[in-house]
Formats: sequence, C-alpha cells, structure tokens
Amino acid sequence: MLRLTAGRVGCLLSRRAVVGMTNSGARMSSHSHHEVSDQVDMSQPMYWDRLDTPLPDRAWIDVLDSKDKSLKQKEKGPWTALSKEEKIALYRLKFNHTYPEMKKPSHEWKTVIGGMFIFFGITGLVVFWQGHYVYPPQPHTFGEEWQAKQIQRMLDMRVNPIEGFSAKWDYKNKQWK
Amino acid sequence: MFRAAVRLSVSGARSLTWTRLGCTAPLAQRCYSHGGKQETDDEFDARWVNYFNKADIDAWELRKGMNTLIGYDLVPEPKILDAALRACRRLDDLASAIRILEAVKDKSGPHKDIYPYLIQELRPTVDELGISTPEELGMDKL
Repeated sequence: MLRLTAGRVGCLLSRRAVVGMTNSGARMSSHSHHEVSDQVDMSQPMYWDRLDTPLPDRAWIDVLDSKDKSLKQKEKGPWTALSKEEKIALYRLKFNHTYPEMKKPSHEWKTVIGGMFIFFGITGLVVFWQGHYVYPPQPHTFGEEWQAKQIQRMLDMRVNPIEGFSAKWDYKNKQWK
Repeated sequence: MFRAAVRLSVSGARSLTWTRLGCTAPLAQRCYSHGGKQETDDEFDARWVNYFNKADIDAWELRKGMNTLIGYDLVPEPKILDAALRACRRLDDLASAIRILEAVKDKSGPHKDIYPYLIQELRPTVDELGISTPEELGMDKL
C-alpha cells in the first residue's frame, strides 16, 4: 500500500512499465561484456523463464568463477558423487527460477484494482464538480408543483388509458391502482 | 497412453479415462491436415525415444527436442523421458535433467497422480544416473 501513496497515476504507470520489462523474462545476467545502456542484445541467445520452454537458449549464468568451473568439471563425472547442495548449485547456475518460483502469484492485482478505484474516485470528483459548477439551473418544469400539475393534466387527457399511464389510475377513487 | 487419455484441456469427462492405468490406448488423435496416415501413440513414442537416443546428440538438439515435446498437448511417456534424461547425462547436464522433471510435473496440470507415476517408472534411471528429483532437493517448495 505504501507503493500506492508514494506515487500517483504517472508514477504507477511508469513503474509498472519498468517492472513489466524486467519481468518479461529476457534477462541478462553476469555477462562478460559490459553494456553501456541497459539494452538487451537481441542478436544473442537469450535466457527466459517460461513454463512452456523448460530449456532456454542460454544458461542463466554464463561467466563462471573458478568455484563454478570446478563444479562443472565434477558434473562430468558420476552425478551420484555430487552432494545435494552441489546439485542445487548446478541448477541455479543454469536456471534462474524454479517452476514453483515461476508460478508464484504476484501482488500485481492489488495495484490494478487500487489504480482502478483511484481513477473512479477522480472521475467521481470531476463529475460532482461539474454538476455543481458547469450545469445550468434545472428547467422550471422539473419543480414539484409543476410536475404535479403535469401529471394531473396527463390524467385528464387520458394518456394511454388502456395499458399505460392512465390505465393505472383509479378514476373512481382518485388514487393510483 | 497418457496422451490419448489425458487431455489437458478442460474436458473433465474425457480425462477420467486416465485413471485405469492398464487401459489400452485408443488410436492417437494426431491429425495431419493432408488426411494421410495417422501416427499411432506407439509410433509417436518411438520417434521421440529415437530422437533422444541419438548417441552424439548435442545441447541444441536436446533443448529443441524438450521444448517441442513440452509444447505438445500431452505428458510424455516414461520411456521418452528416460531417453531424454540419458541424453542429459551424455551432455553432462544435471540441471537440465532436473528441469525436465519439473517441466513434466507442470505439464500434468491438475492431474496430480501423473507425476508420482512418472517418478515411480523413472526411479531406476534416476537412481542409476544419480539425478535428484526436485522434491529431494527441496526445490518443489517456494
């Protein structure tokens, strides 16, 4: 909720755009070359976490330090010799999120609903202000007395006497049926 | 067998046929638009086992094969997965082997009994190659 108070509409949108971009999966991680800007080089094989693409084009971590390199060497031998931690480390070298992590639900819906309500609120304020300051005065025909006389006249004229307006008026007892 | 019986779409009625493990598979629903001969389940399985059994399979082929296989509307048979895991072994790629197991668990969707069955069938291979399942590594929890 702190997020919503910190920024207003504009900030919300720009933040979500940034989050959207970084979450879209195409990630860069410890690459040997340094990018001047934050642009992703789309001509290179990319990594992404996708449920329907279990093995992306690239490993998550490309640049291995000596510890990782020796672990990769050990991977060439029998895997029964690897400890659980080493297996997890090997997985984390190659992949960023596990499947459960990929499927983790986010709190984005709260931002969306909150933003919606903010918009409704602002619109409501605008409508209210408009009703007060912009609209001209109501026509005199809307007044109580005028309406009463209008209804009486409609009844006297027998407007829609069969199925409609006057049909609902009990002329004998002078009341609505 | 899996593929014909387990439809991952919302047609609940048809997916119930999966519960009989010993059931014979109806003919495959793979249709070729030219109306030619349809591939049976066994032919499909054999084709994929063959693919992963290639002795000098390379990493790209493994990735391409797995991604394509996961793209189909089915959970692969244990024998296909066995071939894929062995391909991972030939490529010295334990991480991908674990990833494959995660992927088929996800593929099963709401049918929670498929994955334990697969692991049960793959247990000999998994033990032989020294692959740990995601559950054993605690990676199936957040």
